Amino acid sequence: MIVAPALQGTRHHGMRIKLRVWRQAGPDAQGRLEDHQLDDISPDMSFLEMLDVLNERLIKAGDEPIDFDSDCREGICGTCGLMIDGRAHGPLPGTTTCQLHMRTYADGDTIVIEPWRADAFPVLRDLSVDRTAFDRIIAAGGFISVNTGAAPDANAVLVPKADADLAMDAAACIACGACVAQCKNASAALFTGAKVSHLSLLPQGSPERARRALRMVQQMDAEGFGSCSNEGECEAVCPKQISIANIARMNREFTRASLGGAS
Amino acid sequence: MAIAAPERPTTVAAPRFVEASTPMLDARIPSGPLERKWIQRKFENKLVAPANRRRYSVIVVGTGLAGASAAASLGEQGYDVKAFFIHDSPRRAHSIAAQGGINAAKNYKNDGDSVYRLFYDTIKGGDYRAREANVHRLAEVSVNILDQCVAQGVPFAREYGGLIDNRSFGGAQVERTFYARGQTGQQLLLGAYQAMMRQVQAGTVTLVPRREMLDLVTVDGVARGIITRDLISGEIERHSAHAVLLCTGGYGTVFYLSTNAVNSNVTAAWRAHKRGAWMANPCFTQIHPTCIPVSGDHQSKLTLMSESLRNNGRIWVPKNVGDRRQASAIPEAERDYYLERKYPSFGNLVPRDVASRNAKEVCDEGRGVGDSGLSVYLDFRDDITRLGRDVIKARYGNLFEMYNRITGEDPYSTPMRIFPAVHYTMGGLWVDYHLQSSIPGLFVLGEANFSDHGANRLGASALMQGLADGYFVAPYVVPDYLASTKFGDAPVNHPAFDAAAISVRGQLDRILKVRGRTTPREFHRKLGHLMWDHVGMARNKRGLETVLREIPALREEFWRDIAVPGSADLKNQSLEYAGRVADYLEFAEEMALDALERTESCGGHFREESQTPEGEALRDDENFAHVAAWEFTGIGTPPVLHREKLQFEYAHPTQRSYK
Repeated sequence: MIVAPALQGTRHHGMRIKLRVWRQAGPDAQGRLEDHQLDDISPDMSFLEMLDVLNERLIKAGDEPIDFDSDCREGICGTCGLMIDGRAHGPLPGTTTCQLHMRTYADGDTIVIEPWRADAFPVLRDLSVDRTAFDRIIAAGGFISVNTGAAPDANAVLVPKADADLAMDAAACIACGACVAQCKNASAALFTGAKVSHLSLLPQGSPERARRALRMVQQMDAEGFGSCSNEGECEAVCPKQISIANIARMNREFTRASLGGAS
Repeated sequence: MAIAAPERPTTVAAPRFVEASTPMLDARIPSGPLERKWIQRKFENKLVAPANRRRYSVIVVGTGLAGASAAASLGEQGYDVKAFFIHDSPRRAHSIAAQGGINAAKNYKNDGDSVYRLFYDTIKGGDYRAREANVHRLAEVSVNILDQCVAQGVPFAREYGGLIDNRSFGGAQVERTFYARGQTGQQLLLGAYQAMMRQVQAGTVTLVPRREMLDLVTVDGVARGIITRDLISGEIERHSAHAVLLCTGGYGTVFYLSTNAVNSNVTAAWRAHKRGAWMANPCFTQIHPTCIPVSGDHQSKLTLMSESLRNNGRIWVPKNVGDRRQASAIPEAERDYYLERKYPSFGNLVPRDVASRNAKEVCDEGRGVGDSGLSVYLDFRDDITRLGRDVIKARYGNLFEMYNRITGEDPYSTPMRIFPAVHYTMGGLWVDYHLQSSIPGLFVLGEANFSDHGANRLGASALMQGLADGYFVAPYVVPDYLASTKFGDAPVNHPAFDAAAISVRGQLDRILKVRGRTTPREFHRKLGHLMWDHVGMARNKRGLETVLREIPALREEFWRDIAVPGSADLKNQSLEYAGRVADYLEFAEEMALDALERTESCGGHFREESQTPEGEALRDDENFAHVAAWEFTGIGTPPVLHREKLQFEYAHPTQRSYK
């Protein structure tokens, strides 16, 4: 359980927050930090609701609101993702930006908000970035080849519970890109490793495991993501707490495939 | 919270709608016994030879469960598929947020399940307002869906012997629900997404990300393409195809606050409606009983707690009105486990509509809990004692954490507080047995259509229906349409594309020209309040008439005072939002009209004028055993009402009783 420090004290209303927000008109435009002061923030607001409040104010003033992506606002779609005071998704472990609440902050705090920064994730506008590189990594091999209609009975293949649980741990990745954003090399090893692990841990995914590992790793490199140098920052900021053991598993799969001559 | 409207002087009332002069709608349901209908239909379908398939192009709009599974399956068959979505990645679609599970009539538990029982439960759960033939087909393919998902590597929960585990889910007396922790929707969507990405790699599916469908193009009365806006560059684009599949989800965000994602919208469906696709039963919306209560005006969405929690949690409120003590200070004898008391055989597992209405009732009585008095307890104390904290943690750990993050409260030691919220919409574009709308060549799949859930959807059936439509229905009915249709040319410079593109551009410019003072969110919130107050959990004539007066006024205000800065030629999220709110301001009126016209109560549609002596929903089968399909005739002009009679040859309507 994560209990934010502010909760343990008395509830305060109308927090004053200073924001320094990255503004960038388009992919090729020069960006800059813009300052905003908010004086009426409720500790029960989510971080994105706080930005909604700011945007409402900007629109009313005839200014353009801050562009940022979000959708489910319950931590599962992976759409949101902000670099908050230099930490992907902000200060709480296992928490997406949309799940972060203002009670985590103290009255008078200054918060710096930036987009994910990586060559493979170009900025589109303000805080939103292009993460289609992730889709291309999945297209390279992040699947099990089974056409609709070609499946055997669901219970025809037994999967040991421990393997199924490990596969599920890896499959919980939401492809938000925090791992890339936090990594000094902008490596996508945790994202790619999670999918390689999920599928290769299961008997259904085993026939293609060599080909999958090779192709996904090659695509990851081709997209311009950096190499993994085992810093572990990805795991530390991952909102789904995906383990870097998945990177080790990917490396093992890749090495095995490289030596074994995968088709 | 509704804005008080001035009473209008009574003059001769203009008709609110026009009755269709044509006979009852034909849904093209195959003849023959129930269990042979789909088999017969599949046999009678015309086929396209493998070598010819790539010559047919199919547009799929939306990449949730229905869209991604349809795109993957049609791509596998060899059709030329283009998949459009508003997100940056197809995997963001809101299907991803479904927590609980997916039904399949596998009878793995040997507890009496069968295809027929799933069919029967779904018809009954839908309060006899769904089509028998569709629902039976859904139950038939439910077993294939599970097989398919497992083969794709969906990591379902397993037993120690390696077999798949399953559980009982809201309203079901058999254990037929399969799940992947509390992330079943996510895992099923990733399965469909990965299958689709495999086709992207194979070259049969082309992804078109960050595009919003803003119009449907029909040529000679047949759907032949769409107009989209590139949400990054602002460019208005034209796309031509042989068939269009709308898989764009539901319209729950018409209430502003709902469990839907903040970008979920009715725009694609509504614009298709304005081009001639009829809208069926729009008043059928589902209010989910187990959501985290509202904390303040800043709230942008509501979060669902999976109703699987009701398997181990007990719902209660204090017996006495105004009892403001903490939960732990209220002795057992002073607690009212009202669902267990009123519905002894189903207890906390009564269907969603019943659970929601009862929560509203106890809160209306003044027995609600929490600061606002608008919530009830969902208490795990007894099962934590009986099964141990670890078992509860294994089942619901992620849900408890989510609850804690949002509320700051710990559900292991303090009962959760829950309140109903809009969750799913059973209504949607009218489709026949072939999932084809009233426009030939326009197919509608998943939540966007109206077909399978009647007036109330059972738990764990949304995922099933989305995937049934995409994996196992569209791949049969779409090729049949392609093989049996003679296609003329419909190039993107056809006058129909010109006209649609001009109209789309016109609306964007019209929004931008206003430069008013009220933001899209403010209009959306106002509309949402109106809808929640009068078209929410309980509806009555007076409230619905109020809404029907106030919506047109709000719409006028929108076009006078909407504030959207920036231009249409750049990424502009306020402009996107304003367009969606504009559509809701039109759609909401039709929804309220549908609710007003249906004077019976059924499922999620509770008309206060129509209830049993015990306060349960009272159906009127004599007058309302039909689908109401609305034909658009213009803003502010009465729509045409078409009716499709519902025949119940197998599941004979009875008054639902969960006592």
